[in-house]
Amino acid sequence: MSQSLRPYLQAVRSSLTAALCLSNFASQTAERHNVPEIEAQTSPEVLLTPLTIARNENERVLIEPSINSIRISIRIKQADEIEHILVHKFTRFLTQRAESFFILRRKPIKGYDISFLITNFHTEEMLKHKLVDFIIQFMEEVDKEISEMKLFVRFSPPNITCNGGPGLTDITQLNARARFVAESFLTPFD
Amino acid sequence: MAAPEVHHLFHNPIADHSFSADRKTLAIARDTTVELYGKVGSAFKLKDELKGHDKTVTSVDIAPNSGRIVSCSQDRNALVWEPSPQGVYKPTLVLLRINRAATFVRWSPSETKFAVGSGDRVIAVCYFEEENDWWVSKHLKKPIRSTITTVAWHPNSVLLAAGSTDAHARVFSSFIKGVDARPDPGVWGERLPFNTVCGEYMNNSAGWVHAVAFSPSGDALAFAAHDSSITVVYPSGPDLPPKAIISISTQLLPFMSLIWNGEAEIIAAGYDCEAFRFKGGVQGWQLSGTLEAKGRPGLGEGREESALNMFKQMDLKGKTKDDTQLKTVHQNTITTLRPFESSGAAVKKFSSSGVDGRIVIWHT
Repeated sequence: MSQSLRPYLQAVRSSLTAALCLSNFASQTAERHNVPEIEAQTSPEVLLTPLTIARNENERVLIEPSINSIRISIRIKQADEIEHILVHKFTRFLTQRAESFFILRRKPIKGYDISFLITNFHTEEMLKHKLVDFIIQFMEEVDKEISEMKLFVRFSPPNITCNGGPGLTDITQLNARARFVAESFLTPFD
Repeated sequence: MAAPEVHHLFHNPIADHSFSADRKTLAIARDTTVELYGKVGSAFKLKDELKGHDKTVTSVDIAPNSGRIVSCSQDRNALVWEPSPQGVYKPTLVLLRINRAATFVRWSPSETKFAVGSGDRVIAVCYFEEENDWWVSKHLKKPIRSTITTVAWHPNSVLLAAGSTDAHARVFSSFIKGVDARPDPGVWGERLPFNTVCGEYMNNSAGWVHAVAFSPSGDALAFAAHDSSITVVYPSGPDLPPKAIISISTQLLPFMSLIWNGEAEIIAAGYDCEAFRFKGGVQGWQLSGTLEAKGRPGLGEGREESALNMFKQMDLKGKTKDDTQLKTVHQNTITTLRPFESSGAAVKKFSSSGVDGRIVIWHT
């Protein structure tokens, strides 16, 4: 873990622990309803001040707490066009499966790549410290995942075939070999 | 200190609990029902289910002398459950006249009235009207601007403290002619017609008030708010500024419930899943520590890592240490504290219930 990542994750962890103090709260505006107040935004007094924790200009977390729900939005690092596409594909893969993901929000907040919505019903049936651990681990892993994918993209064939050049399978094999050679060449030195 | 008595009833949140006067019956607000547990040996066994609400039951209270149970729910209703000699409970609907969730209910010490807090920005003070054979209510509504989260009665059964999400703790008079005897003048006021606001205190950082409680004498009020603080107010008389307002802020997570133990001690618990003790008086208050004995036996230390165990854990779960268990007795937020056994003003034992479905009886 790099030096600046640790305090960043620590700040996110303590802010999340404090923000995840949720209770069962029925709506004040709609009769017989019980909705996440942070999504409904109907009673200003039950919303808390949103909090942004930023590691640098393109990595940040937005935490929006309220009395019965909190929304966590993460902006994942995107250094170049490839990473941008990869992040988009990756988050799309996750959000399409939001049902089986419980706390995942189907659509991220504007300006962020992925959003989680945790309500009091989640903190009732799941362990709170494990929920925090999950978010932290997700933030740790996602960068690694993206860079791994990027490496893989670099080594795999480009999606164009020029006439007269080597065939697609040849390129694949070539790339696979190049990757293997590079890996075995690099291992003793790192 | 004796070990706490833990009853793990189920894996659902307990919104509220209440013991009967003989401490043999326990009423639990679980989802949309009120469950009655009877003491069998040293355990509590499910005895009866009171079904009448169709949304989450938010609060339940047993009147110690009459044995009546009052429950309220997010379906906007409150029910009074009257015990028959055969032990069957018959519900009576209360005319609350609110159209948002009912959030909190408590019997007055005289047991002739109860107060229901609601999301409709009113407190319904309910009493029994003989001529109509019906529980009716009068509304306290004037300065309330948001959901009432909690109410607490003064020992004289006239004054009522309420906390709400508009960051205020207030003291009202709920005097009802024909039901209450005229109260003696005290520090909160002399003449107390219905809906007199005897005190209005705001939390410093505008946090929601989660719990309020009068001291055993009724001359001080404590409230806990979402900024993890506890505030104790000592009023000095009508139309005079209070003698002292002492605010104790802590580094802990917010408290959800608090009780007084005598005039010089407060016990509070909440999102930290354990109970804390505060000590002090008019001069000042301070946090004096947790009530939980740390390092209880049988929590991790008992099965300290053998190599075999470690590899087994790694194989099964992909990690060496099992950190799913918290070190506290409650494994999730504590929502309600109640005195269990008292002698005079001092509480000898108190009970706590939490989101983890546990009821724990503690020695103070």
